[in-house]
Amino acid sequence: MPFSTQSPASGEQYVLTASLDNARNLSSLLRAVHFQDHATCFATANGLRVTVEDAKCIQANAFIQAEIFQEFHVQEESVMFRINLAVFLDCLTIFGASSLPGTSTALRMCYRGYGHPLMLFLEEGGVVTVCRINTQEPEDLLDFNFCSTNVVNKIILQSDGLREAFSELDMTSEVLQITMSPDKPYFRLSTFGNAGSAHLDYPKDSDLMEAFHCNQTQTNSRGIKNKKSSFVNSPATVPQPRHRKKAESSINLQKPDITHVKAVL
Amino acid sequence: MRFRAKIVDLACLNHFSRVINTIAKLAKTCTLRLTVNKLYFILSDRVANGGVSMWCELCQGNFFDEFQMEGVAADHNEIYLELMPENLSRALKTAQNAKAVKIKLTNKHSPCLKVAVELPSLSSSSRIVTHDIPVRVIPRRLWNDFREPVVPDFDVSIYLPVLKTMKSIVERMKNLSNYIVIEANLSGEMNLKIETDVVSVTTHFKDLGNPPWASEDGCQSSAQGRDLQSMAEVRIDIKKLQQLLVGQQVNPTKALCNIVSKRIAHFILLHEDVSLQYFIPALA
Repeated sequence: MPFSTQSPASGEQYVLTASLDNARNLSSLLRAVHFQDHATCFATANGLRVTVEDAKCIQANAFIQAEIFQEFHVQEESVMFRINLAVFLDCLTIFGASSLPGTSTALRMCYRGYGHPLMLFLEEGGVVTVCRINTQEPEDLLDFNFCSTNVVNKIILQSDGLREAFSELDMTSEVLQITMSPDKPYFRLSTFGNAGSAHLDYPKDSDLMEAFHCNQTQTNSRGIKNKKSSFVNSPATVPQPRHRKKAESSINLQKPDITHVKAVL
Repeated sequence: MRFRAKIVDLACLNHFSRVINTIAKLAKTCTLRLTVNKLYFILSDRVANGGVSMWCELCQGNFFDEFQMEGVAADHNEIYLELMPENLSRALKTAQNAKAVKIKLTNKHSPCLKVAVELPSLSSSSRIVTHDIPVRVIPRRLWNDFREPVVPDFDVSIYLPVLKTMKSIVERMKNLSNYIVIEANLSGEMNLKIETDVVSVTTHFKDLGNPPWASEDGCQSSAQGRDLQSMAEVRIDIKKLQQLLVGQQVNPTKALCNIVSKRIAHFILLHEDVSLQYFIPALA
């Protein structure tokens, strides 16, 4: 494949252009959803959403609002492509995983449209790296069809406490059971492993509890493996994960604000 | 054949340890050549090494307080030993605060380099930790295999970028591809490139500078009369390049690369009293 190193001077050629002063803001967020190598990128004027799925039962979304970027243009209504996330992350961190104080990697991302590769231009300390990553046909994604009116229970917790709990989960258990209730134990994480069952309870007046709205007692069990890795990899600086349970049993783990990671199981 | 040497100065000892650590990262087994004035660590370009070769030269006077060597014969006053540098590296790890380190060639049951580390102790008698490093004496008829490599007739010679930056980049590229292309020109520009079915990545370095080489005998080298913008390139095994970069614990005083287009990448890393040359052949 011949490659040209022409710089993206004319914006008209590209359906997506984005600039970021510090590429590590993007790479640390994407690392949180990197439990599978293939990801679907979906860009609209609002921002960029990166979705990773596993076996049609787990979906993680990382959404970066357009305002986070120094420049963000989407020519068409929406742009969608599939890409190898491991390769994308290696390119974003080409100058090293951890930044030295005072240095940052500047990023410019360009995409010409269907059939074209994603172009990354990264610069640090006067050294420029150009990456061309082949894109693939986007696949159908699960649509969990979240609708606010159907929300039965909603809990907002501080992420640090929950992160600690997740890192201590008994991994010999096949499932993680989450219980939400207006009565005791209010919010409980349970595992059933080789040594026995373990329960982590958060009382509703706990310091970690930002908001607690439960109308019904609900219990949900899910496979433990992916849920833990997604949370343990999350950037520590983003606050407030929230759990929402709906009438149909699915759990929405979401970190709101400008950048958020949503894991749906 | 006799050899005994002693290091007393702690700074010299740490410096020597660092050199050995670097060699240990580059070669599992190598040849140690001892002469009256110098030590050499040599790796020849055998197929078993993937074709890479290494030549590291130290002046013994810069490291050793005492150095006595008697070679195999009067007219061949040198000793060639084959050893695993990792063994020497491990022995010197115990010498970080040593009062003295003595190295001696012995042959009790089989040839060994005996490394005796004298450690400080609270009582009046010192503590001595001894390591016996097995070595193989290389007979004189094989010495021709270990001659000093000639600086190749290169197309481009260029100073390397900051090794730390180069190391990060090559490490990431290693995740993406098994091969890397190094290209450079006489305008101080160097590119590192990888290309696979999935991705291609190119890193551009500028203003690196090209070292001046005095041409011997006034004869034309390939580098003279060359278009300044034209790139010389060589495609090499990325793991070999990474091994070289990872082994550099201290920034060299000078680091440069000579490229013979499509044939070989010749790296020269100079510290105050150590010079290291590393040759990586081009792959098809």
